[in-house]
Amino acid sequence: MKFTWFNLMPWPYLPDDFREKNRSVWVDIDQELFDPERSHAVYNTYMDLLEYAGTIGFDGIGVNEHHQNGYGIMPSPNIIAAGLARRTKDAAIVVLGNSIALYNPPVRVAEEFAMLDCISGGRLVAGFPVGTSMDTNYCYGQIPSLTREKYQEAHDLIIKAWTTRKPFAFNGRYNKLRHVNIWPRPIQQPHPPIHIPGGGSVETYDFCIDNTYSYSYLSFSGYIRAKALMQGYWDRVAERNAPDASPYRAGFAQTICVAETDEEAERLYAPHVNYFYNRCLHVYPGFADAPGYRTIKTIQTGALSQYAPPRGGYTQLTWKDLIEGGHVIAGSPETVRQRMEELIKSLNVGNIFCLMHVGDMPADKCMYSTKLFAEKVMPKLRNMFPDFADDDRFWCKPMAKRVTAGSLPSEREAALVGAQG
Amino acid sequence: MELKTVATPHVPVRYLEGGSGEPLVFLHGAGGVTADDPFLAKLAENFHVYAPMLPGYGDSEECNELRDMLDITLHYWDVVEALGLKDPIIVGQSMGGMIAAEMAAIAPHDVTRLGLICPAGLWLDDHPIVDMFSALPYEMPALLFHDAEAGAAMLTAGRNVEDPGFLQTYLVQNARQLGMAGRILFPIPDRGLAQRMYRIKAKTILVWGDSDKLIPPVYAQEFKRRITGAQLVSIPEAGHMVAVEKTKETVAAIQRLV
Repeated sequence: MKFTWFNLMPWPYLPDDFREKNRSVWVDIDQELFDPERSHAVYNTYMDLLEYAGTIGFDGIGVNEHHQNGYGIMPSPNIIAAGLARRTKDAAIVVLGNSIALYNPPVRVAEEFAMLDCISGGRLVAGFPVGTSMDTNYCYGQIPSLTREKYQEAHDLIIKAWTTRKPFAFNGRYNKLRHVNIWPRPIQQPHPPIHIPGGGSVETYDFCIDNTYSYSYLSFSGYIRAKALMQGYWDRVAERNAPDASPYRAGFAQTICVAETDEEAERLYAPHVNYFYNRCLHVYPGFADAPGYRTIKTIQTGALSQYAPPRGGYTQLTWKDLIEGGHVIAGSPETVRQRMEELIKSLNVGNIFCLMHVGDMPADKCMYSTKLFAEKVMPKLRNMFPDFADDDRFWCKPMAKRVTAGSLPSEREAALVGAQG
Repeated sequence: MELKTVATPHVPVRYLEGGSGEPLVFLHGAGGVTADDPFLAKLAENFHVYAPMLPGYGDSEECNELRDMLDITLHYWDVVEALGLKDPIIVGQSMGGMIAAEMAAIAPHDVTRLGLICPAGLWLDDHPIVDMFSALPYEMPALLFHDAEAGAAMLTAGRNVEDPGFLQTYLVQNARQLGMAGRILFPIPDRGLAQRMYRIKAKTILVWGDSDKLIPPVYAQEFKRRITGAQLVSIPEAGHMVAVEKTKETVAAIQRLV
């Protein structure tokens, strides 16, 4: 199993009447609600929490990309990842990911991911999302029905840039580049492992299967509602005659809160879970799915947008509903272990993206929950898939000998350089 | 009107044909066109009407090769040629008006009569056009019609929103039609027409509803200013769907092209 501690980086100061006074947390969210001076502490605390998770046994620490979004103040995950690469030692740096259709030209992603891989000593796990319709179409203006074609071309260009050892010309439809020759290139060969976040597109299933990329379903609605979608993926894995059904071909994001007892979990975390589901996920439905963004084939499978709220909306859901529905896995270490085991088995997933900072959760509660999970839950889930214990195709392969950041010679030693001259 | 198919280099094109008189090619807006369209019926009393559908509209085949304004403009010239027409009257509504104006700008000697009914294609920073793509279905009648209530009834006629298959059918149709329209309209319906409009030589009639809330009448003045000799027919108590709300008046305006 690979456990990645993930922080969406929500803005923790959305007002109590946010839902009533605002139509969307995303795209056209009120500028006045962001306070740059308060964000100084928010960003640093969030990065501290990621670094903390990297010291207590998580396999990876994860960041992602959203734009104009009140629950994800990380338009550039690579900036956060660069900070993490310097201040952590062993954890994988999971960037899930860069919306590659938005980078102009996309060799920028090939370069920045190469830099992250080099700085971290080969600890990068790379993600290439198509990007949500909110980010890609409504914030970044990409034409919905051409987004996938542009994404595909960006992917082909990045892989070629990573794996070609001579300058080459790239005559794409969206990218005309006469001299592609990235410098630096990644440590990991032929390139860092790639995870593709998807929301049920059949095309994305096939893309992952055909390229040996891991398919990740980053949902907020929990593992029970994800069953049909993930089964669709595994059916497709079988249909396309993939050589195996390794659980590492898939990943899943789950909101998790751990306390000493189930009651304590509710007392400690219910307000923050409520903040997340009722303020952070308050997305104007008109932004959820620009016409042409999803393919006809995908719509016909009946998959709704992953941002479509449950019937009646989240406001109707109590803590009990969220727990029973599996949106949130919360409780004592034993409760969480049981539910996690159910999740891992029923979805057949080897990569878990643990959403352990929830909504406006303060740092101390987040650390408490994180430590309990790392110490009392994670060890018991480690060997769920013994048959695939050696499957390292979907995880990073760091250099054996890595430097430690901040290992300059002392000023005294440096001064000797002149004396020797 | 009769639904037919004509072959073009990129894709077979579905089109409606009917009436008699001078040939007139009608280019529909982002909402599409159907055989029972009252405006087409009225036009057909005086003209031989051809209404080709943009690929993806109605039951027509999609065409991935048409990606941008030039592709779509040349495609419509391919359609005109495939229909065997020479210098037909070209009339376009909204998105269709944008395409018609491009056709007239790119081949100014091949079109001598042009009707633009509240066309898209220009952008004024002081008068931003509503983001139609993020509008919810229930918001559309007020944007499209002078009489929103009557418009709502018209838009929902024959649709059973309680039918479980309805949503999926609706989403598929939107993805096919507006997905295609988005290639020239999303996120801002400006693909550089303004700098090409000086080339238009056709006699041009502009038709605009006074209470158009989607593309407000200030755009009528901008089109008029940029097309030499263009005449503007402003129609009171009509919104963006002026051709439906004031069919007789709109057809009368188009007849001034003859």
